[in-house]
Amino acid sequence: MFNKDQISILKEAVEKENAKTQESLQKRPERKAEFTTGSGSPVKRYYTPADIEDMDYMNDLGLPGQFPYTRGVQNTMYRGKFWTMRMYAGFATAQESNQRYKYLVEQGSSGLSVAFDLPTQIGYDSDHSLSEGEVGKVGVAIDSLADMEILFDGIPLDKVSTSMTINAPASVLLAMYIAVAEKQGVPSDKLRGTIQNDILKEYIARGTYIFPTEPSMRLITDIFEFCSKDVPLWNTISISGYHIREAGSTAAQEVGFTLADGIAYVEAAIKAGLDVDTFAPRLSFFFNAHNDLLEEVSKYRAARRLWAKIMKERFGAKNPKSMALKFHTQTGGSTLTAQQPDNNIVRVAVQTLAAVLGGTQSLHTNSKDEALALPTEASVRVALRTQQIIANESGVTDVVDPLAGSYYIEAKTKEIEDQAMEYIKKIDEIGGAPKAIDMGYIQQEIMDASYDYQKKVETGEIIVVGMNKYQIEEEAPKGLLRVDPSVGEMQKANLVKLRAERDNARVDAALAALRTACEGTENVMPFILEAVRSYGTLGEICGVMREVFGEYQQSVNL
Amino acid sequence: MDIEKRILEKDKRAAARLITLIENKDQEALEILKRLYSKSGNAYIVGITGPPGAGKSTLTDKLAKALRKQGKTVAIIAVDPTSPFTGGAILGDRVRMNDLNLDSGVFIRSMGARGHLGGISEATSAAVKVLDIYGSDYIFVETVGVGQSEIDIVKNCDTTLMVMVPGLGDDIQAIKAGVMEIGDVFAVNKSDRDGAKRTAREIDMMLDFNKDAEWRPPVKMVVAVENQGIEELLEAIHEHKTHMVTSGKFEKRRTENAKSEVVGLVKERVEKAILDKSNREEILDFYSEKIVKRQVDPYSVVEEILGKMDVLLK
Amino acid sequence: MDRPIRVLVAKPGLDGHDRGAKVIARALRDAGMEVIYTGLRQTPEQIVNAAIQEDVDCIALSILSGAHNTLLPKVASLIKAENAEDILIVGGGVIPDEDIPGLKASGISEVFTPGTPTQVTIDYIRANIKRA
Repeated sequence: MFNKDQISILKEAVEKENAKTQESLQKRPERKAEFTTGSGSPVKRYYTPADIEDMDYMNDLGLPGQFPYTRGVQNTMYRGKFWTMRMYAGFATAQESNQRYKYLVEQGSSGLSVAFDLPTQIGYDSDHSLSEGEVGKVGVAIDSLADMEILFDGIPLDKVSTSMTINAPASVLLAMYIAVAEKQGVPSDKLRGTIQNDILKEYIARGTYIFPTEPSMRLITDIFEFCSKDVPLWNTISISGYHIREAGSTAAQEVGFTLADGIAYVEAAIKAGLDVDTFAPRLSFFFNAHNDLLEEVSKYRAARRLWAKIMKERFGAKNPKSMALKFHTQTGGSTLTAQQPDNNIVRVAVQTLAAVLGGTQSLHTNSKDEALALPTEASVRVALRTQQIIANESGVTDVVDPLAGSYYIEAKTKEIEDQAMEYIKKIDEIGGAPKAIDMGYIQQEIMDASYDYQKKVETGEIIVVGMNKYQIEEEAPKGLLRVDPSVGEMQKANLVKLRAERDNARVDAALAALRTACEGTENVMPFILEAVRSYGTLGEICGVMREVFGEYQQSVNL
Repeated sequence: MDIEKRILEKDKRAAARLITLIENKDQEALEILKRLYSKSGNAYIVGITGPPGAGKSTLTDKLAKALRKQGKTVAIIAVDPTSPFTGGAILGDRVRMNDLNLDSGVFIRSMGARGHLGGISEATSAAVKVLDIYGSDYIFVETVGVGQSEIDIVKNCDTTLMVMVPGLGDDIQAIKAGVMEIGDVFAVNKSDRDGAKRTAREIDMMLDFNKDAEWRPPVKMVVAVENQGIEELLEAIHEHKTHMVTSGKFEKRRTENAKSEVVGLVKERVEKAILDKSNREEILDFYSEKIVKRQVDPYSVVEEILGKMDVLLK
Repeated sequence: MDRPIRVLVAKPGLDGHDRGAKVIARALRDAGMEVIYTGLRQTPEQIVNAAIQEDVDCIALSILSGAHNTLLPKVASLIKAENAEDILIVGGGVIPDEDIPGLKASGISEVFTPGTPTQVTIDYIRANIKRA
């Protein structure tokens, strides 16, 4: 791209300038001896074409909507339509969550995002002993199809797209969604949405796993296969770097480990006999947005380019849609401070800008009070408005990938891509992501980065405004959202009623058939659907699978 | 708390506290152990070692569960390395033994190796005695087979189980000399992985150099996480036990162990007496600087230090 | 004190966010303590039983799921039932200030909210363990 002679003239000039500046630094040093990104990688004083001299425009960037999709997956990007403003919400009972969804839709939210409580995420009914104190706390409690019917009451499932943050029992919740749609008269091929369904990052970072790796991977490929026929518009997995970053990883690790997980899913599906171009277009990703704006923008671009190459070169994908990395973004929960929570609004705005400049397909913005409790309606509104302001007032949405060509952005994009590729190579050597997780390699790398960050915060090397600098005396925040503790009792009572009123013979037959399917090799999805339709509970269905598959054993490397 | 009385009543807090006191070299704890010593000797002690990542904790967990099914009580002592810089340690073996946690017939204790001052063998063997007196039928002592002291610990058990795993490091030859020889029973864990048969074959080849003509250590294939091969492994441990008892080696080994325990305790006491932790580095620095400058020779230094001991012992 | 302080670091309840627990485990280790780490999804019964067997000086509980008002007092009451009140219990995580007095009344000695430097926790444990 650049003229070789001009580059060498430039390099010489840079060298001279550097020498001169070094001298002046003796007298007037810079603010820090070493500048680093939010992830701790070094940042130079400035960047020039010499830093990206090997860049080949058409191969490395391409045009928007074209391989390798560095500049975005669509040709018009936000000139066509804005990203989906998707606010993750859900708490307490299905009734209350249903009201929140209706409110969000009225406020202009274009997609629903369901948060489930921990017992639901781990496949326990609300009356299980381990569910005590947890029912309805971090999301909505779903015990059976009956709860799901209430959750989506009055919401036309052929009109909205719904994202469900559910992993280990994703097959069961998807089946419930399909069953609710059936009752609304909506056929499954009209349903749009996403299940997270990413078990590997649960082992790595998020912790809501149930089954061991092998049966978990089978459930995932069963879903791929089932959806490719019956729910073709559904995004069958959201391969998540978000939680890896929240656990303390660097930006490059976020990309490297997430794509390594992605590779494992693709390999598993191919091994299960699926053609790569039938399922790969339905793969989607989920990344974090942290405060280092330029590093984050580079990260998204690097991830797109790397994935496109992997799909094309490693897996021989032919369909361009298999190569285009689509992703959801959530602003970084771990960047929020409990101190001076209003400051979080500003952080979220910067992170929103990063996600948008990085070309996200959908975005959840965190509310200012999430370091303290679940967000109130008012703070959720500000978070949503932040997206709307960036979309409608900032102007950044009118031009595709506006930061492309910045020497720094392009150099950083390349650097993150290279570092992520190093991690992927290392994981390949170990034998793939599942093995690297089993060994604790990935967890240990993240832990090291996270501990390093913590130490830098404590020494003041990293400044977090309001937390370790610019502190003030604060009063305890008031008006935090509290979940009514009686939710657990209500769910329990409903379960008693459900078990008394449903056709228990049908439930037993469905569960027995599911058990046989789990023991064999058939696709389990139709069996789960029947169990769900018969009002078998989540805990009963997962219980059968627990008995057949066993439970995952955590690998802890400190 | 009347530890002495309560430990005989199978009080877990008393047992736990006594181990702590012993770890901390508390004199009163030694007095209690002296009085209760005659009540020990009933437990069968199995040492478990192997390289990091071999899955020792998971295997221990499964063996313990198999024994519980047979109605036996089990204690587990899991030793992990201590940071030489800070003296701190992260003891994470319980993570893999969570299901055993609420079983009243199981007692799990994590211990840090606590640095280079020696004594970990002694502290562990004292902890074994406490759990023996407490009434455990079987005691598993699990260590990471990397340092000499960790190896000493498991060597001093009735049966030593070596856990290997395919694909860790290059091959068996890479394992430190003197480590393989201590195994009475071998387990190849994660044997559903590639290379498991090769690992087993390599162990078997090493065993051809085995000096004991009467006992050839069996090599068992297991997949601990899947609970595969556990019964067979336990059976192999029992066979070794039977062999030890019928051949008279059991008495002999325990006698040897007692001997090395006494030597270890003497060493520890001597070192403590003359090189007290508080002034150890100071004394050593003082002499070693002089040695380096050739102002004094190391032989005379030893005599001088031992001379101090004479005074102390008098 | 001439012996390492022993601390059980546990995550009660179902939440899987163990970044904080792992960071505090490492920080306590680097401060010279012996840390018994027990992993995710621990019931109060498991936590208390492990604490007794390990004869720890302190139980450090990390919880972010919002179930603290149920689970933390339960740990404290089980400790009382075992007559093991010489074990210091501290908690940390996303815990609203207004819940802290209630937790303290139940037997949790101190609660560390987000942003607390690990050194503060270390110093607190050193200063407040109940055994010599």
